[in-house]
Amino acid sequence: MNWELVFGQIKWTSFVFAGMIENPSLSEAIASGAGSLAVLGAIATVILLTVKGWWVPLWRDWLTSVDHKRVGIMYIVVALIMFARAVIEAALMRAQQLSAYDGGGFLSADHFGQLFSTHGTIMIFFVAMPFITGLMNYVMPLQIGARDVSFPLLNAISLMLTVAGAMLVMVSLVVGRFSTGGWSAYPPFTGIEFSPDEGVDYWIWAVSLGSIGSTLTGLNFAVTIYKKRCPGMSLFRMPLFTWTTLCTSILMIFAMAPLTAATIMLALDRYAGFHFFTNGDGGNMMNYANLFWLFGHPEVYILILPAFGVWSEVVATYSSKRIYGYTSLVYATMCIAVLSFAVWLHHFFTMGQSANVNAIFGIATMIIGVPTGVKVYDWLLTMVGGRIRLSTAMLFHINFLLTFILGGMTGVLLANPGVDFQVHNTLFLVAHFHNMIIPGVLFGMFAAVQFWFPKAFGFRLHEGLGRASFWCFAPGFLLAFFPLYWLGMMGATRRTFEWSNPDYLPWLALAMLGAALILAGFAFMTAQFIVSVRRREELAAPLGDPWDGRALEWSIPSPPPAWNFAVLPQVTARDAFYEAKKDGTAYRSPAGYEDIEVPRNTATAPLIGLFACAWAFGLVWHIWWLAILSFVLIWAVVIARSFATDTEETVPAATVRAANEAFLAAVRAAPGVTRDQEMTAANRGRAIPESLEGGAGALAAGAAMEVTR
Amino acid sequence: MAGLPALAMPCAASAAGFLEPAGPIAAGQIAHFGTISALMLIVIVPMFIALPLVLWRYRRGGKGSYRPDWEFNWGLELLIWGVPVALVVALGTALWRQTIAGDPYRPLGPDPLVVEVVALDWKFLFLYPEQGVATLDLLALPEDRPVTLKLTSGTVMQSFIVPRLAGQIYAMAGMQTQLNLIADETGDFTGRNTQYNGLGFATQSFTTRVMTPDDFDAWAASAKTQAATLDARAYAALLPSSVVSEPVIYGSFTPGLFDQIIASFAPGMTGGHAAHAPQARNDAPQAAHAPQADTDAPAAAAPHQHHQTTPEAGQ
Repeated sequence: MNWELVFGQIKWTSFVFAGMIENPSLSEAIASGAGSLAVLGAIATVILLTVKGWWVPLWRDWLTSVDHKRVGIMYIVVALIMFARAVIEAALMRAQQLSAYDGGGFLSADHFGQLFSTHGTIMIFFVAMPFITGLMNYVMPLQIGARDVSFPLLNAISLMLTVAGAMLVMVSLVVGRFSTGGWSAYPPFTGIEFSPDEGVDYWIWAVSLGSIGSTLTGLNFAVTIYKKRCPGMSLFRMPLFTWTTLCTSILMIFAMAPLTAATIMLALDRYAGFHFFTNGDGGNMMNYANLFWLFGHPEVYILILPAFGVWSEVVATYSSKRIYGYTSLVYATMCIAVLSFAVWLHHFFTMGQSANVNAIFGIATMIIGVPTGVKVYDWLLTMVGGRIRLSTAMLFHINFLLTFILGGMTGVLLANPGVDFQVHNTLFLVAHFHNMIIPGVLFGMFAAVQFWFPKAFGFRLHEGLGRASFWCFAPGFLLAFFPLYWLGMMGATRRTFEWSNPDYLPWLALAMLGAALILAGFAFMTAQFIVSVRRREELAAPLGDPWDGRALEWSIPSPPPAWNFAVLPQVTARDAFYEAKKDGTAYRSPAGYEDIEVPRNTATAPLIGLFACAWAFGLVWHIWWLAILSFVLIWAVVIARSFATDTEETVPAATVRAANEAFLAAVRAAPGVTRDQEMTAANRGRAIPESLEGGAGALAAGAAMEVTR
Repeated sequence: MAGLPALAMPCAASAAGFLEPAGPIAAGQIAHFGTISALMLIVIVPMFIALPLVLWRYRRGGKGSYRPDWEFNWGLELLIWGVPVALVVALGTALWRQTIAGDPYRPLGPDPLVVEVVALDWKFLFLYPEQGVATLDLLALPEDRPVTLKLTSGTVMQSFIVPRLAGQIYAMAGMQTQLNLIADETGDFTGRNTQYNGLGFATQSFTTRVMTPDDFDAWAASAKTQAATLDARAYAALLPSSVVSEPVIYGSFTPGLFDQIIASFAPGMTGGHAAHAPQARNDAPQAAHAPQADTDAPAAAAPHQHHQTTPEAGQ
């Protein structure tokens, strides 16, 4: 029996627990513990689903769903699960660096290398990307008054490809090891000559699956925004979050391609003996650096632009005011999107281009700072003339304005080749990009969860625990990363598992304290979810508008019905729903209802995800039969689906009418709440607009709502 | 391991980075850091002053008048676009000047000391063509004399830095990069690789020992007396990954070894003319930088590097 044919390169020593048995150490114990957690987590999930009898609803209502709202929620669930892993990895690395002075420490160099590689890969590809994608999925179709995205099934397939990539990274905890090449995986170190084991292959296929998913998402969202806007929703009436979604989608379409090309070329080097990026034989690793950052720089704007959209919605809503400089914000967003493709070379000023080339790219990088600075001041001016309420989301926003502008300053510093020569590859750089991504993207997503959660689930999140999480996250971030600027200037390199310089110790201790605070913030956020679910009765806001919202998503029930809008809205202005509330035209019954077509659930997407995961696993371990079989099955599913004709079901007009009229009746019957009562149990989701001066016009508005056309 | 231990090493070479420059290049870099930071305060300080004021004045129940429909003002708009644009013009000018002046390829004077650097897995090899000696993990330099480092790699991509003297530059197999610097004080400075390259990465540092010119000459003369020689076989013995505990000094090395190392990865990159020279520029004669960024050079055959460099045009 030739076991190699069956199991490829997997041996019993490939399993993480073998290392513990053969070579016991604390580092191996931690690795085994992580592997055990992954296995036990999977087993616990299976038991829970079985005991609760949730298998059927999970499959029927969620995994096979093509509803953009459910797809969006699943994306965010994936992001949060992966975030839990990657943030623990970050804390482990901090603890190692603090304890490693002069040969101490508890992690092996190899284990540490895997940690920083998985941390970066997961945080970018399987936390930040799914988080923004999930949010855009949920909110954007509601904001443009659409019933779904243009290609609902493609949307589900994008999700399942991303899940497949994330699963592969999780499997690497148990079977084999991950890459040590960092999230950017520079060859030739990641080539077959210097990394002969399966680690880099895990990275290649996980990232490839994620990037293909993101490409499809970008296409899907761009088409949706171009084609699916409701009547009257011209481009310059779209909410800013939708604008940033559009720009991000365009970036995804163009930026993911070079990454996919680079990973496939690296795979050809490793599997088929090609020489794209090898040391000799005509290979050129600089080509990889260009391709990777041709993706990598737009990628950071892919991450930050949706967060900018979130900040725009949050600051306008919690200031009860129109956004300042809407047009200039739109143009600034577009400027950033275009310029993001013109600065990739600043990631390798140290590669030996001529000074002129470096200077041009440095200046281009600074130019991006202009629209970004304009946006920051636009948000500040939005607060001027408003009535600011310091909700959790708004606290995150204020923290963002102050810390992001400091990150911008270090970004401008890094744009200078002369400075970059000194701090490139040091903790200064690490501090800079965490300074942009944590207060900008991650906290932006946390604010978005606080903001849109009641829309998605029909009840608000517990405000006290939200604030507690903020007061851990914000100082935690400052402590964890601002010392790293100083460490970097003192010459502490990134990706280093031990130093022998005693001057670093106090700063590393501060950073460790910050990491602990960030973990505490995450614990409070988890507690917030649990407590909120338990108290969902008193936090309920089914009437859909708990924050005195401004765009269309707040005009429908929470959670929204499968068809989103009973009748497609007709828009005449920006902030359409807010204007309607002010005029007293909100919540009017439509003249009539029609049948609505909604896509049927289908097993296509989860099957493709499953086979894609098996295909990638087969490739990682050279299990050729599995790789070939899975690849054939993927396309078999696609072809089988192409013969399906009955892919939509009709919701009769009577059903839509009954549901919508019941909602409208409930809204009309509910007493509106002012912003003073926003965080009380009285807030069921019917807001009295702030601009009606605390209820002066509320009666008029209420009276208007009784009118049916 | 061939060769003899070098002079006894002081344990704690200063690692304060470019905050304590020991040469004009690093000094220029930290000065530029200060300039840019000061200029950036123009956009940062207003935010830190205005945001608390706005939050206080326009809080719910505050004194600010409520204007829910106010959304634009031409004066403010010109301010928030104009100030950053003006700032970027100032910053960009400073950047351009500093980048040209601090170009690592620009020789810093006549008659530089040439040191050829080979990055290996987890150590650095230094060849002194003028002195005919070689060292492992010890970079000896004379004070106040321009130094031209020519770098390549015998393994993966690495990034070479001596923070107190100059910034970093990548070392890549089959290619040559350059770093020019001057040390203007004596002492031991730590240098290291900053590009992750495996298990020994954390310990891949070396001592840069700057001496007075007389001391340097004496050092070179004593190094010449070392019996160890760095020939092809000795070099091959260095290729496997290892961490070097003590620096090694070789009394002699095979001439042309550096070019041979590059040629072993990329035949034709050294010693002859590349198959496709880049189009002559108006400001010729000018040596191309080793990894050529010009689009007119074919990717697989970047033009080779001659053994002298003239300053970039326009400097």
